[in-house]
Amino acid sequence: MSSETPLLQVKDLSKSFGGVMAVASVSFDLKRGELLGIIGPNGSGKTTLVNLITGFVKSDTGRILYEGRDITGWPPYKVVDLGIARTFQMVRPFYQLPAFKNLIVPLCSPRVKKLAGGRYGDRDAVALDLLEEVGFERDAFVSYKLAGALPQGYLKRLELAKSMALRPDLFILDELFSGLSLAEVAGIVPIIEKMRIQGKTIIMIEHRLKELFRIADRVMVLNYGVKIAEGQAQEVMEDEAVKKAYLGSEG
Amino acid sequence: MKKRKERIDRGIKARSEDVFALSSFREMLYLLAPRALPVLGLLVFAPLLGAYWREILMSTAIYALLAMSWDMLVSVGLISLGQSLFYGIGSYVAGSLNHYLSWPPILTIPAATVLGGLICTLFLLPVVRLRGIYFAMVTLVLPLMLLRLVEATRILGGTEGLTGLDPFPGQLTAWYVLQAAVLVTLFGFRRLMGSDYGLIIKGIDDSDRSVMSAGINIHWYKAQVLFLGASVGSFAGACGTHLDMFAGMPGFALDYSIMPIAAAVVGGAGTFAGPLLGAFILVPLSEILRALGALRIVFYGVFLVIFVVVLPEGIFHYCRRKYHQIERWVEVE
Repeated sequence: MSSETPLLQVKDLSKSFGGVMAVASVSFDLKRGELLGIIGPNGSGKTTLVNLITGFVKSDTGRILYEGRDITGWPPYKVVDLGIARTFQMVRPFYQLPAFKNLIVPLCSPRVKKLAGGRYGDRDAVALDLLEEVGFERDAFVSYKLAGALPQGYLKRLELAKSMALRPDLFILDELFSGLSLAEVAGIVPIIEKMRIQGKTIIMIEHRLKELFRIADRVMVLNYGVKIAEGQAQEVMEDEAVKKAYLGSEG
Repeated sequence: MKKRKERIDRGIKARSEDVFALSSFREMLYLLAPRALPVLGLLVFAPLLGAYWREILMSTAIYALLAMSWDMLVSVGLISLGQSLFYGIGSYVAGSLNHYLSWPPILTIPAATVLGGLICTLFLLPVVRLRGIYFAMVTLVLPLMLLRLVEATRILGGTEGLTGLDPFPGQLTAWYVLQAAVLVTLFGFRRLMGSDYGLIIKGIDDSDRSVMSAGINIHWYKAQVLFLGASVGSFAGACGTHLDMFAGMPGFALDYSIMPIAAAVVGGAGTFAGPLLGAFILVPLSEILRALGALRIVFYGVFLVIFVVVLPEGIFHYCRRKYHQIERWVEVE
């Protein structure tokens, strides 16, 4: 396969829920190693788009190609198997388990088993290493605390670690920064920058525009399920349609 | 001044969670006693009972197996109101193999365990993606449907059932087979749920979307759990059939669905030991109350309500807490 083929191609993707068009013929390409930000007002179809790509929701029309292969309508576990991992906007930890045990589930997935070639070693140790990578202090007891007892900042990091455990090529991070303080966001940004150095491709859904624009290569704007703009962060925000979507018609 | 109950783990519990437990006889005993108790009780002391009580404890073991099977399904978030489906299928498979092909019990029981498990899994596979009450409704309806099917089409002996089946080679054999099965199921399921596999199972119950996003095919795991639970239930049915020397429509009776749930609720769901304990309390209790004649069900109901109101968490959870923790009242402002 030539390096020119985009990693992910989305073509004319549409989904409606009982007459409401959540995503209306959205198309975009994503190059390997790129960081694409997807922004838009509440209810503009960003999360639905993620659900469509990752197979949690079936599309009405349109196609999704990953590395040139048609993955439209594939179930989530197969999509993950190819190397696409996502995080959830509302964190979904296993509350009754210690934080590090939360990572055992992704570490048991067929993809990780395949990558490790049967020899995996101690899953608990791998889990603790991953948590340290996302900023769980190694010497403190945070990693051993029940997930239900952790503050939001740690839960978001845990969510990120769960996707990292799958060793994907494409990360789809759904509002990773929402609900976090500036200091907490500042703690996560280096993790994402490190992922980029490793050559990972990332899609970030964000409301925190300032923080997103600092790291995104390209930004795409959705409004009522329709793509209204795409390009460099600065020029996108100058776009009349975008201003209107964010500030209302009077803006 | 208000007071609040504070619970603290006993020192011995904290210590014996580690490898150091092996260095002290007392701590080893602390770990071993709760596990050795059911083994000794079932395999050593209970056979000393008379034939009548042994008979009752055998049907208790059958209900205990159904209750643990129920608990297995619950651990992945599937609530079954139709344990009698497993019992009935296991019973009919064993009965047919014995009646039509003259297989001895030593073959029919393992065959019914595997085949029955497969048949039940296939029946429930289309609805495995349903959760909670929706799955429950289907499990409730299936045995009733099969019941009418047997009645209407007169297959498998129709309303008379299959009679004159081979019994176990002896009462003591039956006794040891059943009690061994109970213990293997108890410790096997507990070990399974303590492994990484068990983490996935509990994860599916807790947050299925999270497990899906971890690249795991949850329907495949649910089917596996369904097979495990159904096999244990079918094994119970096959044993029951050879004990009664009869396979028939009563195999799909509501008793086999309700009693396991009651046992799990009284004993404490989610632990396997709880449902087992519950069955070993409820079934003999029901026998003792037989002396009361028609009022039996009333007293039985009262007992059930008392259990559920006084110990809503279940007996096993309560005992485990008392065993592992010290409770004391502390003052709070």
